[in-house]
Amino acid sequence: MEPLNALVALANFVIVPATAYGAQLALGALGVTLIYGILRFSNFAHGDTMAFGAMVTILLTWWLQAQDVTFGVLPTALLALPAGIAVTALLVLATDRVVYRFYRRQRVAPVILVIVSMGVMFVMNGIVRFVIGVDDQVFADGARFLINARDFRDLTGLDEGLAIRTTQAITLVTAIVVVAALFWFLNRTRTGKSMRAYSDNEDLALLSGIDPERVVAITWIIVAALATIAGVLYGLDKTFKPFTYFQLLLPIFAAAIVGGLGSPVGAIAGGFVIAFSEVTVTYAFKKVLGYLLPDALEPAGLMQLLSTDYKFAVSFAILVIVLLFRPTGLFRGQTS
Amino acid sequence: MSALPAQQTGPGEPFLIGEGMTGGYGAADILHDCTVSVRRGEIAVIVGPNGAGKSTAMKAVFGMLPLRKGRVRIGGTDITGLAPQARVAEGMAFVPQTRNIFGALTVEENLEMGAFLRRDDIHATLEQVYHLFPILRDKRRQAAGELSGGQRQQVAVGRALMTQPQVLMLDEPTAGVSPIVMDELFDRIIEVARTGISILMVEQNARQALQIADRGFVLVQGSNAYTDTGAALLADPEVRRTFLGG
Amino acid sequence: MTFPLRNLLLFVAMLVLILMAGFLQSWNVALSIFNMGVISAVMALGVNMQWGYAGLFNIGVMGFVALGGLGAVVVAMPPVTQAWAAGGARVLLALAVGAAAIAAAIQLWRRLPRGAVRVVALVSVLSAGFFHFRWIFDPAVAAIEAINPAASGYLGGLGLPVLLAWPIGALLAAGAAWIVGKTALGLRADYLAIATLGIAEIIIAVLKNEDWLSRGVKNVIGVPRPVPYEIDLQNDPDFVARAAGLGIDAATASSIAVKLAYAGLFISVVLVLLWLAQTALRSPWGRMMRAIRDNEVAAEAMGKDVKARHLQVFILGSAVCGLAGAMMTTLDGQLTPGTYQPLRFTFLVWVMVIVGGSGNNFGAVLGGFLIWFLWVEVEPLGQWLIVTITSGLPADSVVRLHLLDGAAHMRLLTMGLVLLLVLRFSPRGLLPER
Repeated sequence: MEPLNALVALANFVIVPATAYGAQLALGALGVTLIYGILRFSNFAHGDTMAFGAMVTILLTWWLQAQDVTFGVLPTALLALPAGIAVTALLVLATDRVVYRFYRRQRVAPVILVIVSMGVMFVMNGIVRFVIGVDDQVFADGARFLINARDFRDLTGLDEGLAIRTTQAITLVTAIVVVAALFWFLNRTRTGKSMRAYSDNEDLALLSGIDPERVVAITWIIVAALATIAGVLYGLDKTFKPFTYFQLLLPIFAAAIVGGLGSPVGAIAGGFVIAFSEVTVTYAFKKVLGYLLPDALEPAGLMQLLSTDYKFAVSFAILVIVLLFRPTGLFRGQTS
Repeated sequence: MSALPAQQTGPGEPFLIGEGMTGGYGAADILHDCTVSVRRGEIAVIVGPNGAGKSTAMKAVFGMLPLRKGRVRIGGTDITGLAPQARVAEGMAFVPQTRNIFGALTVEENLEMGAFLRRDDIHATLEQVYHLFPILRDKRRQAAGELSGGQRQQVAVGRALMTQPQVLMLDEPTAGVSPIVMDELFDRIIEVARTGISILMVEQNARQALQIADRGFVLVQGSNAYTDTGAALLADPEVRRTFLGG
Repeated sequence: MTFPLRNLLLFVAMLVLILMAGFLQSWNVALSIFNMGVISAVMALGVNMQWGYAGLFNIGVMGFVALGGLGAVVVAMPPVTQAWAAGGARVLLALAVGAAAIAAAIQLWRRLPRGAVRVVALVSVLSAGFFHFRWIFDPAVAAIEAINPAASGYLGGLGLPVLLAWPIGALLAAGAAWIVGKTALGLRADYLAIATLGIAEIIIAVLKNEDWLSRGVKNVIGVPRPVPYEIDLQNDPDFVARAAGLGIDAATASSIAVKLAYAGLFISVVLVLLWLAQTALRSPWGRMMRAIRDNEVAAEAMGKDVKARHLQVFILGSAVCGLAGAMMTTLDGQLTPGTYQPLRFTFLVWVMVIVGGSGNNFGAVLGGFLIWFLWVEVEPLGQWLIVTITSGLPADSVVRLHLLDGAAHMRLLTMGLVLLLVLRFSPRGLLPER
């Protein structure tokens, strides 16, 4: 039973959390990569867009909870999510209208748009802090576990327990549904195809009569949806704190770049690569090795490669390795 | 390809004409009183030495160059003030020299995007394009960027045909393809013209292009140097000596 | 040096703003703003070298500033001899082993032919190096951190004069910039941005977690000063008498005197830097930099080594940021790794450069002062504004209390709006490059 216990421990502490985290990063990176593909700049306000979307959803969740509306075993936040997406979409569309469109018409260099997005980042960050403050906010309700460690032990007779939180399961299911819908949209619908065409060759898209403003608007709406969903899932799974969302920028960009900026498939792969590396490198393997190795060889230390405080270093190291050896990313992204 | 619309131009009149065009990108003019035109169902070719303003003349006709003087008319309607996109709706289709396909999209998606503005059923047109370029039918699920140079040009022309244009404008369609592929492309272009679509194209391979041309325009430094039928230009000793290398 | 009237007026206006703070609030506040304004100006000068001269997009300013701060600790704090005896040598050995492993890996990668063998060799050298490093390193760190953890628990510094820390802090930042530049320069602007953002987060993580080096979140306090202590001045009868002569109490006078002394030091640094930066900008080197920025391809075609020049200016700019960091830690008298936040130490500096006028050194200085002034003053102003607006509401109104709470966050909003407005309506900044 020892190898089985080792596997369960690994699943409990590495595979399950990393899968949920990877799905959250993938959704975030998809938003970044879509903006890059269509509007052709790296959007530094993306982390704060996620925070804004999550904040709106949290406020609505609290309101629903105050009205005694709940979603059974599922978190109430899922009920509030569509409205949260709508509000966030309105915000980013307004931002595009007031801020970005001017520069798009001027056809400025992408780096100017990046600096502009820094300004947007400040404003959004300020709004979020102004409305909800800087503290942790808890808004998860419903059943806490899909299966908890004790039940799992009783069920299987193993020493190790496997706990799967509801939020982790929801994260994965939602991410799969969202990604499937997105790919269906991009590959099967006329509008989706026109977005890919615009991303691929802007001039030819114009010659074909594709309306750039419409493509841009739809992109922002999709990005608002992706950002809000990613933000809410992350908040449900961990906790909502505005500053953490800002810090998510680094792993999200690392995921998008590792996958190849502009490539949606790459963004998903990148998200999971970053998440699994982060969790694996910062996990203390003492327990797992304890099950696998004979007693004499049992490790004395924690067998942790890096302390969890260095998780940024992991995203960064992977990013640098990919940039050095495969600058276009795992899935060839846009080069111009 | 499309049912012929009510003719506003007589049979001998040019269907599309850029007349007396003068203009350039900056302060200096590139075109000087330059005129190019094409009649319905005919092939017109613009040739000339490097830097003669051939592509510029074509872009001016398509509205991609600000004109100080001159007019552009299609079927008798003045379109001088229209943006390129609006000219697409007027029945013009343009195939740029470079970056003329959506490399990341499949061949069929490229064709669909060509028909983006159309709201009717595009399947008949799709069939016509596949009939004209059979290789595209075999490769329709493949990313266009993975095709060979000649096949990519076929995708580019096919995409332009999807709007059911009355005039097809080609900017050096044979640039960078082998002589065999060039011959084949020219054959296809003749076939397109036979369906009633006017063709206006810029060509570097002047001799071969003039052979299929109903009308040729030889430009020098942004002005018309010689204008005649393709055959007459090929026969003109002066043109042969100066532009066709003897 | 020609100095247009407009520039002069803007600087005078800035001075008036600070004087107003002096008259309306207190001279202590005004001098604090001024001193941090000078430090901000130095940071902005550094970023302006990278962005304004060369078009390099560095958003890891925070990391370089923090390294400068570490420089102040390493140079000026007294060494903890017990800790050195417990594990100092071993830590140094571990670091040497780590560096050697990386150097060996780089050599292997260069010498071996492409293929699977090279990859395997690289991975095995690196992992062997890593485990050896940890094997030497971990016990040493445990030993050092066990020595009197409440008061020290770290190696301490070299016990040298703190002014020496300023160039050393700059050197530390330059070293980190060399490593980042070697890997990330030559890649696209977005990639350099993300790489610098990453390295900054890593530097902060190191400062927060490597207690043996920087005491981590326990902070290093009491960094020696280059100027007298307030308490010494207050105990000096001469000083007290002179303060009384001026009609100020000794406590206020002492803190103003200390701040003035800092101001004097800082002003001399910023003047020297400005002179150097202006000289460099107008030299053939500066012209070449701008030529590269404006058209990289053309400059490369003319035989300029674009990558080497970029590396040069990237290191120089980062060193200036490091210098600013060392100055700031000296002013604060403490290194508090937990307080380094990218919005404050990276993006705010960018706002300074853009608002001041990218490419213009005087613009960077003006932007540094102005934005720092706003950063400090927006909060009380916002508070005042909200109190005024909500004065009709009862004192315990929820709305009013929430708004007052939120006033603290007005500064982020304001900075974003200032940046967006300047980018939109005056994209070349207050003092354009010309």
